[in-house]
Amino acid sequence: MSETAISAAASPDVTPPPERPVWRIIRDFRKSPLALFGLALLVVIIAAAFLAPWITPQNPYDLRSLNIMDSRLAPGEVGFSGISFWLGTDGQGRDMFSAILFGLRISLMVGLIACTAALIIGLTLGLIAAYFGGRIDTIVMRLVDLHLSFPPILVALILLAILGRGLENIIFALIIVQWATFARMARATALSERGREYVEAAQSLGLSQTRILFGHLLPNCLPPLMVLYTVEIASAIALEATLSFLGVGLPATQPSLGLLIANGFQFVLSGQYWISVFPGIALLLLIVAINLVGDRLRDVLNPRNIT
Amino acid sequence: MVYVIRRLLQAVFLALVMSFLVFTGIFAVGNPVDILIDPEATQAERVRLIAQLGLDRPFHEQYLIFLGNVLQGDFGNSFVYNRPALGLILERMPATLELAFAAIVIAVVLGIPLGMYAGLRPGSAGSQAVMAGSILGFSVPNFWQAIMLIMIFAVMLGWFPVSGRGQVGEFFGVRSSLFTLNGLQHIALPAINLAIGHLALVIRLARSGTQEVKAQDFIRFARAKGLHESRIVLVHLLRNILIPIVTLVGMSFGGLIAFAVVTESIFAWPGMGKLIIDSIRQLDRPVVVAYLIVIVVIFIILNLLVDLLYSLIDPRIRLDGAKQ
Amino acid sequence: MSLLEIDNLQTHFFTSGGVVKAVDGVSYHVNRGEVLAVVGESGSGKSVTGLSVMGLIDAPGRVVGGSIRFDGREIANLPSHEMRQLRGARIAMIFQDPMMTLNPVLRVDTQMVETIHAHRDMPKQEAWALCRDTLGRVGIPAPDERMCAYPHQFSGGMRQRVAIAIALLNKPDLIIADEPTTALDVTIQAQILHLMQGLVEEDGTGLVWITHDLSVVAGFADRVAVMYAGEIVEQATTDGLIEAPQHPYSRGLIGSVPSRNRRGARLAQIPGGAPPAVNRPVGCRFAPRCAYRMEGCAAPQVLRDNVRCWRAADLPAFEEVLA
Repeated sequence: MSETAISAAASPDVTPPPERPVWRIIRDFRKSPLALFGLALLVVIIAAAFLAPWITPQNPYDLRSLNIMDSRLAPGEVGFSGISFWLGTDGQGRDMFSAILFGLRISLMVGLIACTAALIIGLTLGLIAAYFGGRIDTIVMRLVDLHLSFPPILVALILLAILGRGLENIIFALIIVQWATFARMARATALSERGREYVEAAQSLGLSQTRILFGHLLPNCLPPLMVLYTVEIASAIALEATLSFLGVGLPATQPSLGLLIANGFQFVLSGQYWISVFPGIALLLLIVAINLVGDRLRDVLNPRNIT
Repeated sequence: MVYVIRRLLQAVFLALVMSFLVFTGIFAVGNPVDILIDPEATQAERVRLIAQLGLDRPFHEQYLIFLGNVLQGDFGNSFVYNRPALGLILERMPATLELAFAAIVIAVVLGIPLGMYAGLRPGSAGSQAVMAGSILGFSVPNFWQAIMLIMIFAVMLGWFPVSGRGQVGEFFGVRSSLFTLNGLQHIALPAINLAIGHLALVIRLARSGTQEVKAQDFIRFARAKGLHESRIVLVHLLRNILIPIVTLVGMSFGGLIAFAVVTESIFAWPGMGKLIIDSIRQLDRPVVVAYLIVIVVIFIILNLLVDLLYSLIDPRIRLDGAKQ
Repeated sequence: MSLLEIDNLQTHFFTSGGVVKAVDGVSYHVNRGEVLAVVGESGSGKSVTGLSVMGLIDAPGRVVGGSIRFDGREIANLPSHEMRQLRGARIAMIFQDPMMTLNPVLRVDTQMVETIHAHRDMPKQEAWALCRDTLGRVGIPAPDERMCAYPHQFSGGMRQRVAIAIALLNKPDLIIADEPTTALDVTIQAQILHLMQGLVEEDGTGLVWITHDLSVVAGFADRVAVMYAGEIVEQATTDGLIEAPQHPYSRGLIGSVPSRNRRGARLAQIPGGAPPAVNRPVGCRFAPRCAYRMEGCAAPQVLRDNVRCWRAADLPAFEEVLA
């Protein structure tokens, strides 16, 4: 009886080779149609934004291609120069479709750069705090708590009040706003990972601390941070749009979606809705797509949900 | 008592740290001289003005003078309005508080019933609509919501005015636009705009709270006692889900005041938020500093209030910890 | 006429994993002033039977068949407002975990007075006094002060006394107690048992005492119904069951209770576990674990002479098995 049990367990066809986690994640992700829709939407938006200079009917910031006679045309109208403006034109005769794609480009770029930098800073500080503990931990976490007790928009406003408008400044402000969120999450995950056997094993093998930190601890902390990262990109984009809308973010020479919406706001009152509405819809779609993907990632990467 | 004193000391320390950070930041970068002083002015005039504003002294001296003045309630004069900065802020504060209050009321009064409904009848069409709406409420950027509200309800339907505060009524010595019909009409759209994000949050909290509490034994026991369903929901369930919601409301009141910046700018609501945005654009240093200090103080007071409220709602929490 | 008569009750849960037949043809009855113990392991359906009587089965569960007659009246699937009028007034229930049955954020007096006002109009002060007297009756010292306390200020045993007091408030004809002492210390358990015994004797209340621990009710219940896998496998007077259990499962239960006259003997145990509720064997549900199993056990079993075992008469006498 026991002999058969042992031989059965040892035979190769009883224990299938372990599936690589990446494939499991992809397989689980595909189970949600809503998340797939979000992903498809995101891919389309990113591709459109990336390819904007080649696929837009006009370069909205090349003044030579603009014609003031085309200003404030309603969606679908054909302009003086013969182009049809599917999403209408703004006050300077700029094609809204082109302007939106170029705006998406800037919004995405700002969000990505700021979030990536914040992730790197927060991750490093969080890991160090968790690994070394003691006074370093106290200092970092006090800073994080202080930081998180103020609403992000307020912190960003103060920074921009000090620094002034500008691409670099708003990226810097977004990094400052977001690093603490990443640091807290990184510390929490690292703390729970630090007690695991593999860290002790690495320590007993005499590996250097940097090696343990970045070679062993870091990869195991990444999944929850990736979820946070996606969601935070969405909120960074929304915050940048808000600040630009308020006129303290990006300068007029770099028209992100927020600035486009702000420019259209004055025309809303006279019924020319499209100048504000379409960039807003683009922004909304971008944020919703990112959040759908992020939500699904959260479910898929959560170890408690592994079936 | 010990607890309250400790909290107050912490608060004072926090306010000091913030004042230093804010002052340093603003001192280190922006230079108001360039904006304030007519570029045509002679060098002598410049020097006289700089001395008059105290901008020629060393940093630490400026800070100490600033701190001494702040303790006496003097934040300096606004560079733009040439009036005391604190006064400017305080006279705009009621408008902002009134807006934030209205938003909280909307979020709670609508959010709790909707969230409880979604929690009690999960899977029903109504509950799924509520949840989809709350997800949308999270995703739509606040400022764009405001524009859409104006476009639909003010421009297209004409139900509400586009901007401004409207008439202010007086009731028991409190002046607020909540007391006149015209004022209510004016505050409706901005308050809804400010409320939507929190409404979504309250809905989620009420729903998850309801789902958790309704499975508890004491709800089953309440039903075994033969209580009416309405009493079970309105007393037994509601009292239990209120705790996290009160926390949220308390914590987010400060956030609402900060976020009012956006709403106030779009609806031209004459509150602190609009003032701070204008001041930032015009580099009106004293007003910005005063605003930030006021906000920090508001935050600290709110946190204290939330802790006190807790103990009222949840008998298991006692502030001193030693008693009971 | 019995106070409560359950006949062929079926309560099923319609889950995504299949239909769980938690109660699958249960019949028992309780008379006024009588204590019936319902004994079985967890998952046997004893609690679900009690909740079915109370009309407290939540979706996805439903009473799908059988009848529940209370005081001569059919109450299975009664309209919810009529059922509410019965609950807490004529039939009361006490639950297992006293830490969880009282609402943590309401004072004890609130939770008591509302129980009275749910069923009859009574001036507030009168209701309050009645509640206080009832607290005194269940042995809570200084009831005047304790009325104004919150549940967390009571110990576990005291909380269960409060729950019992609430159950008694409207002088019910029947009390269903679902393992009310399981979560308590042994000494407290004995106190609560003693208290309940006195109370039902005084008021002539019928009592259904649900438990997994036969030894708890040995000296207390008039009759015992043994449940296994959603059905009753044996019913007998308490003494009869303890002296001479018929069904192999009852034998196993009693054999596994440590006892004085069998000191040093090895404790018997029932091998294996209860079958899953979704996919039960067609025949005798206990057969897979039964030492007396034979081919005929694969046929459906009926309750004959209060025992659900076709071989009951052939089995060796219980004393011989022990020896």
